[in-house]
Amino acid sequence: MRNIKHHLNDALLMGYAAGTLPEAFNLVVATHVSVCDDCRARMHSFDAIGGEIVSASDEAALDDNSLAATLARIAAGPRPTAAPRQSGGIFPMPLRDYVGGDLDAVKWRRIGGGVSQAVLRTMGAGRSEATVRLLRIPGGVAVPDHGHGGLELTLVLQGAFSDATDRFGAGDIEIADAAMVHQPVAEAGPDCICLAATDAPLRFSRLVPRLAQTIFRM
Amino acid sequence: MGDVTADDAARRAAWTSQLRAIRDAQDQAAFAELFRHFAPRVKAFLMKSGVSASFAEECTQEVMATVWHKAHMFDGSKASVSTWIFTIARNRKIDMLRKVRRPEPEDLPWGPQSDPDAADAMMLAQDTEQLGRALAALPDKQRGLIERAYFGDLSHSEIAAETGLPLGTIKSRIRLALDRLRHAMT
Repeated sequence: MRNIKHHLNDALLMGYAAGTLPEAFNLVVATHVSVCDDCRARMHSFDAIGGEIVSASDEAALDDNSLAATLARIAAGPRPTAAPRQSGGIFPMPLRDYVGGDLDAVKWRRIGGGVSQAVLRTMGAGRSEATVRLLRIPGGVAVPDHGHGGLELTLVLQGAFSDATDRFGAGDIEIADAAMVHQPVAEAGPDCICLAATDAPLRFSRLVPRLAQTIFRM
Repeated sequence: MGDVTADDAARRAAWTSQLRAIRDAQDQAAFAELFRHFAPRVKAFLMKSGVSASFAEECTQEVMATVWHKAHMFDGSKASVSTWIFTIARNRKIDMLRKVRRPEPEDLPWGPQSDPDAADAMMLAQDTEQLGRALAALPDKQRGLIERAYFGDLSHSEIAAETGLPLGTIKSRIRLALDRLRHAMT
């Protein structure tokens, strides 16, 4: 995807490199990096920082037979490794793996106002960590005003939306923090499909969506 | 200062040739050298997750065995040895804690079979050295924060509150290689 204007920030890329992000955020980062060369290059530089930090860190004492035991493991043969993966569809590979296919495989549930969602299963979600879902907003439709208890990442996969801050097209990511209340409106044209992750429940500022929120755990 | 820099460069070049000797000749002596530097540090990295020393030891052995088995996939124009081993250790750590999954980005069509560019590899090696020295030269407090981020003591929102992290020039080099790849494809 070309012309990506809105990118990941350093904190997310560093957390992804360190392996300390909630799974829902990992999925959004991996999906954005799949289509964004700038962020892929920055991701590599954060991996490099990790390499330098570990390589310069203090040493832990190894077991006496550590090297011999490792050579024995080597002799036992390699673990199977995955082949390189490329998607070619609308969803990059990491997202395809969660959905079990491309856009046509998504099991949508209507949540009102013409908007549909599909919550994706993550290991941390049961411990009220961050959650991640796909959103489908018909062209011209507004998602209700909402504020955030925490951080919300919204990655556009198809179509575009605009809010008070800017326009977000395919590949763009909006990073909204707790202070932000916004009303995204999908651009006229094809459905706007987004991958959205948040580490707190969204708070809608109108009654009907709040009911929908209660019912559909949004 | 010049000697320190030269020693550092020589040590890093040695890691690359050790990895090549493992790949091309299953050289156990070369592996022992690489192991001597990285295994105790990988173990320390894993122990910071709060696991027992014996479990960290076992995982370290797995990480270093993976280094051997995947030596043919190492490409010095994409990552330095220290970066590459870190990513293997990081992935093993996430696997080991099993609390979350960390999906990887889609692969680019530059598999291990494509010819590594020697000039890219040399520039990347220099940039990584420079990055290592820049990190070492940071004030203790700032370096300590970065260490805590990578050792898992800082959340992403805590990282976000910090500014002025030194990235050096490494990203521009990888960016150039990516641009060349995209041009070759269109």
